[in-house]
Amino acid sequence: MIEISGIHKTFNPGTVNEVRALRDVDLIIDEGSFVVVLGTNGSGKSTLLNAVAGTFRVDKGSIRLADHDVTKWPEHKRAALIGRVFQNPFSGTAPDMSIAENFAMAASRGKARGLGWALSKDLMTSLEERIATLRMGLEGRLDNAIGSLSGGQRQALTLLMATWLKPSLLLLDEHTAALDPKSADQVINLSSEVIQRDQLTTLMVTHSMQQAVRLGDRIIMMHKGQIVHDFRGAEKKRLRTEDLLDHFEEIRRREQLDENTAAMLNDLYI
Amino acid sequence: MTLLLGALTIGLILSLLAMGVYVSFRIFDVPDITTDGSITLGAAIAATLLVNDVHPLLATGAGALGGMVAGTVTGVLHTRFRINALLAGILVMTALYSVNLHVMGRSNVPLMQAETLATYGETAGHFVVGSKDFNFLGWRIGSADAAVLFSAGFAVAVVGIFLFLFFRTNIGTAMRATGNNSQMIRALGANVERNIILGLALSNGLVALSGALLAQYQGFADAQMGIGMIVWGLASVIIGEALVGSSSLGLTIVGTVMGSVLFRLLVAIALRWGLNPNDLKLITALFVFAALVLPRFVRRKKSKLIQ
Repeated sequence: MIEISGIHKTFNPGTVNEVRALRDVDLIIDEGSFVVVLGTNGSGKSTLLNAVAGTFRVDKGSIRLADHDVTKWPEHKRAALIGRVFQNPFSGTAPDMSIAENFAMAASRGKARGLGWALSKDLMTSLEERIATLRMGLEGRLDNAIGSLSGGQRQALTLLMATWLKPSLLLLDEHTAALDPKSADQVINLSSEVIQRDQLTTLMVTHSMQQAVRLGDRIIMMHKGQIVHDFRGAEKKRLRTEDLLDHFEEIRRREQLDENTAAMLNDLYI
Repeated sequence: MTLLLGALTIGLILSLLAMGVYVSFRIFDVPDITTDGSITLGAAIAATLLVNDVHPLLATGAGALGGMVAGTVTGVLHTRFRINALLAGILVMTALYSVNLHVMGRSNVPLMQAETLATYGETAGHFVVGSKDFNFLGWRIGSADAAVLFSAGFAVAVVGIFLFLFFRTNIGTAMRATGNNSQMIRALGANVERNIILGLALSNGLVALSGALLAQYQGFADAQMGIGMIVWGLASVIIGEALVGSSSLGLTIVGTVMGSVLFRLLVAIALRWGLNPNDLKLITALFVFAALVLPRFVRRKKSKLIQ
């Protein structure tokens, strides 16, 4: 369960580059719910994810996660509760280290790391079994540097790493956007499989309407740092790609209207 | 022969420095100039304590500890105060120059009369061999020189194995990942800032240990002895990688030691052939420059040839 209440974030305040990325966002996600976040570029959807992950502190508001007020927690402390997969397939793994070593670090996510061996026997056996289920032929290559794998393989492994210890919240930040269609499909299937099996509370940002329609039990649409639509339950199930496109079109029109009105008022009165 | 043994011994002692540079430069990707100050700091602390009749092991340990403190300061400047790593190293190195002079009380501390690890080694050598020198494959070898060389090799082996094992523990693996992909390891709950501080402390601890041993071997500590030592370390690391590659952690550590010894041998030979000692640093710098640039240059030539 996660409770986001009234969070604000402005980047570069007081400069010409000022961006009000989040404006009073409230969001409560129930335990085990899979929420898809949609929005245009610059709508604040990735910023929302990063605010939850703790990449930066929010200016106002609070974030509660699994009965902890994490608003002031640094990123690495929140990692005890959060599993993450990034947009860039290179971000989630250490390229010069072996597959096994990468998983060893995932197996101690959020725990105090001591002087125990990173590659324990237990880890290696359970790792081999789990990676075999990917059917990517990686189980025999656990000692290979992860940097030698393709983007799709790395992203699939990152997903396994993020969920190796069951996280209170899984954050997926356009995690298939940088992949070719076939790998993207594989990774999406794997994601939904893992999320369903472990009943993970998930927040996923995507650009793909198909993914949004197909996955999850709730869609929120963001625009200019605010949540403008929230579809859930039966409404979410009924939703088709066309409906989503209509909603985007509506947002776009409303925005144009606003700008035109602003320009008109400007011409008339100033 | 004595010359060769001497070069080997110094090469081994400086391989501790090279391992320290390997930790900062290769694992954390930070060219840490604190090295130049912390090797002198290690030597200064050890020498001062030795002159005051402190047990050599204790004095050596204290020297290493001093280096760890210096590395910690650099790490804190870099992570907590967001100072560029290079600049943080320069600041600490500069500050250490004064610190070292204060520790020693003058610019040079000779260890003529003091009991050191080197004199221990010599005594042990006499005791084991039973005479001043012995015959080894037709060469007359001073038993003292041989014993010191052997002890240095033993110390390096212990430190190398420790390093290898340490970087395979949970904390060590997380430290390696910190240099490899800090975003990833932060998302997995590691405190990246703390890991960098720890890494620089470890690196400079090794460097200072090297300085403490070097002072005892050469019989003095000097305020100037650290100048350009980071470049020396870099050269050793690069030679090591050229010799054995960088595919695995163990190999790289062994390679670094080999690189340091080989480089010292080359220098000894060059000096013997009449190289002006004043040109040594210049040539070391040129060598590292070439080693850094050549691979890229060769690759470009190759790809042009293929086209």
